[in-house]
Amino acid sequence: MAVKVLLKNDHIEGIRYYDTYRKHGGYAAAEKALKMAPADIVEEVKKSGLRGRGGAGFPTGMKWSFLAKPEGVPRHLVCNADESEPGTFKDRYLMEFHPHTLIEGLLISSFALGSNATYIYIRGEYAWIVAILEQAIDEAKKNGWLGKNIQGTGFDCEIYVHRGAGAYICGEETALIESLEGKRGNPRMKPPFPAIQGLWMRPTVVNNVETLAAVVPIINMGGEEYAKIGVGRSTGSKLLSVCGNVNKPGVYEIDMTISVEEFIYSDEYCGGIPNGKRLKACIPGGSSVPIVPANLLFKTAKGETRYMNYESLSDGGFATGTMMGSGGFIVLDEDQCIVRHTMTLARFYNHESCGQCSPCREGTGWMYKILKNIENGKGKMSDIDLLWDIQRRIEGNTICPLGDAAAWPVAAAIRHFRDEFEWHVNNPEESQRRNFGLAHYADPIHVPAGA
Amino acid sequence: MSEPTPKFKVTVDNITVEVAPGTTILNAARMIGGDVTPPAMCYYSKLPESGGKCRTCLVEVSKGSEKDPRPMPKLVPSCRTTVMDGMEVKNITSEKVLDARKGIVEMLLINHPLDCPVCDQAGECDLQNLSYEHGTEKTRYEFPRRTFEKEDIGPYIQLHMTRCILCYRCVFTADQLTQKREHGVLERGDHAAISTLLSKSLDNEFIGNVIDVCPVGALTDKTFRFKNRVWFTKPVDAHCSCTKCSGKARLWMRGDEVYRVTARKNEWNEVEDWICNECRFEKKSAKDWVVEGPSKIKRSSVIAQGHYENTVKTPVLIDKVLGKSPKLLMNIHDVSDVNRPEIELSKIEGPAHSNDFKTGK
Ligand SMILES: Cc1cc2nc3c(=O)[nH]c(=O)nc-3n(C[C@H](O)[C@H](O)[C@H](O)COP(=O)(O)O)c2cc1C
Ligand code: SF4
Ligand code: SF4
Ligand code: FES
Repeated sequence: MAVKVLLKNDHIEGIRYYDTYRKHGGYAAAEKALKMAPADIVEEVKKSGLRGRGGAGFPTGMKWSFLAKPEGVPRHLVCNADESEPGTFKDRYLMEFHPHTLIEGLLISSFALGSNATYIYIRGEYAWIVAILEQAIDEAKKNGWLGKNIQGTGFDCEIYVHRGAGAYICGEETALIESLEGKRGNPRMKPPFPAIQGLWMRPTVVNNVETLAAVVPIINMGGEEYAKIGVGRSTGSKLLSVCGNVNKPGVYEIDMTISVEEFIYSDEYCGGIPNGKRLKACIPGGSSVPIVPANLLFKTAKGETRYMNYESLSDGGFATGTMMGSGGFIVLDEDQCIVRHTMTLARFYNHESCGQCSPCREGTGWMYKILKNIENGKGKMSDIDLLWDIQRRIEGNTICPLGDAAAWPVAAAIRHFRDEFEWHVNNPEESQRRNFGLAHYADPIHVPAGA
Repeated sequence: MSEPTPKFKVTVDNITVEVAPGTTILNAARMIGGDVTPPAMCYYSKLPESGGKCRTCLVEVSKGSEKDPRPMPKLVPSCRTTVMDGMEVKNITSEKVLDARKGIVEMLLINHPLDCPVCDQAGECDLQNLSYEHGTEKTRYEFPRRTFEKEDIGPYIQLHMTRCILCYRCVFTADQLTQKREHGVLERGDHAAISTLLSKSLDNEFIGNVIDVCPVGALTDKTFRFKNRVWFTKPVDAHCSCTKCSGKARLWMRGDEVYRVTARKNEWNEVEDWICNECRFEKKSAKDWVVEGPSKIKRSSVIAQGHYENTVKTPVLIDKVLGKSPKLLMNIHDVSDVNRPEIELSKIEGPAHSNDFKTGK
């Protein structure tokens, strides 16, 4: 079912500018929120069941209620717009075409959390969006939605846009905070958590762009109404950025009740796979989440339909499932090579590791080099087990989740596509000329009788 | 300053100690000593923000605390995790820890040049000790190792980045000593490099201490480079009347010659008192110093070779860890004929010879 919440005014020309946005109901949520008690706004967000859209899916209301409120210490809200996960580009769309939705969400959230100085930390490569956001901030300020004594409430709030310098790791919330403080973007050791000691050691909430934008419809509709969209603990709408082998790549808003099959094949969304090719594999939530073969994508291992939501996508754990992640939906058709694909991701994580902790610093480079050998027909059978061993010893043993994010794609590729790796090793020359192809990866999985 | 009364009970590998709240697992384990103490390559008690990076000190928390007995889901860095009352920690009794540690040692070594034969740090290198105790004899790494150009940090210190394990200790030391951020990390990932921006010299009277905090041979003393092997020199504690520092140092001597001056280090290989550059680099004559006597060193250290006075034995705890005495497969004393445990090694004239130990059985 199509749902338009965040993108409901997507078709309106000029919605990026204040006047148009306001004319179409913009800042109504802010008006409403500024009359509420901050604690009640937090309560609405809790009721909405909103989960963080940055990747981890942590309940936003709960995160907000953890924020420490020591007397006399300023608090901060930071909007994570670093969006550097390969395959993810939904925040870019939101900021580029709906900047005021974000600014309004930021204003409401800042009011709820008591942040007088709020920051948008934006990916350095999104240079042109900085100008869009700054223009929107300017407009909002001129119309009394930012600055001193906002709408006569006595609440002051400034929003600053801070550009990153091109490091994926600065999307990790504590590295982001370090970078915002003007330091090298190394993730911090936790505890202390940002909610207690974040930016300049003050209590800080870091949320994703989409999370904070979703606060606007939550206040407009009321938390309970918002929670009715979706299913179970996957409430509200979710933006997905689709890329890879589909007819219609782009950004889609879904309500998390549709099946994966419908999402890929219906004309409303991805529109199927081009040139009559068949589906081989999919990474549904950005490069860090496990890749799944076609036969585990539409149906879970239990034979149930898989839906586009947090619970259903992770059904079966890492053995047969994957994750919702950040919503970077990457589709691979039968012509794609899993080894090459895994190598590309390994190169990315090798390049982006901050280098603080030994397993991630050394392990990511090692995995990349081995994968490069296998891809170039120079691999050995023992390399596959070695890869498995390296990823196993990175996962869980690092400071920040980048280590895990580097380990999971390699683990999942070997778990599900081991045949293809072995074929590369056994056919060093042929593998340079052709791909392994679809093989049996779309075959129905064998379900034992009586199961 | 009054000592806070120890309150928290924590058990490491079946041995229980009482420690003050706020103590880290690593420091609690150090109070027990011996094999149950996790190795630490980046933590340094004198450098407040250090630790958490090398991951060699990972341990398993099998019981969180008396109040919340749930185990911790992941291995935790013992140097940065504080104890809770009733916490139970597994170090050498955890398969998971030993396996992870093996992996980490292997990773620390894949890009290390292993040029110990020409490295000044050999013999007092934490990485050598670590790999000896926790590593495997072979590496599975088959690629070229990363290399860097050598770099001079001022007139006294050479940075040999190729050997660096990026523990950040020197960075924290320099941060404490210098006004601005002058010494830090450039680049990221496995091409990250310690550097002073554009090979600047670090002008600080205490900067020589970065040599002592470096666990490997990445920062070396240019006044000592290639002069001698540490195990041929004899460490003695000495002091001088210095106006800049405590003047308490360690001289590395051969005969009457002072080959090298360093700060004094404790049993965890950590500096006790920082010393100034003048004491370290300029006072290279025995008459600059008042010698106190041989330094205490671990008996297991190669530096103990040919130097038996004042060596420290690490406690043997295996019976406590196991909860029973280990079964002796064979008593070496019963079968060896080179066997005279009553001999005091330091009393023997010259190097010991097997004849000295012959029991005449
Ligand atoms: C390596 C790494 C990169 C990340 N990059 C981003 C990012 O670009 N954008 C984002 O919103 N969250 C990113 N995250 C997640 C953040 O750490 C954090 O969980 C998130 O901003 C919290 O917001 P949410 O609760 O609204 O999801 C990243 C995490 C890691 C470990
Ligand atoms: S896991 Fe990787 S990116 Fe994260 S802190 Fe460690 S080295 Fe840096
Ligand atoms: S130079 Fe030495 S002290 Fe500095 S980070 Fe490297 S290994 Fe650590
Ligand atoms: S000593 Fe604890 S992580 Fe390095």
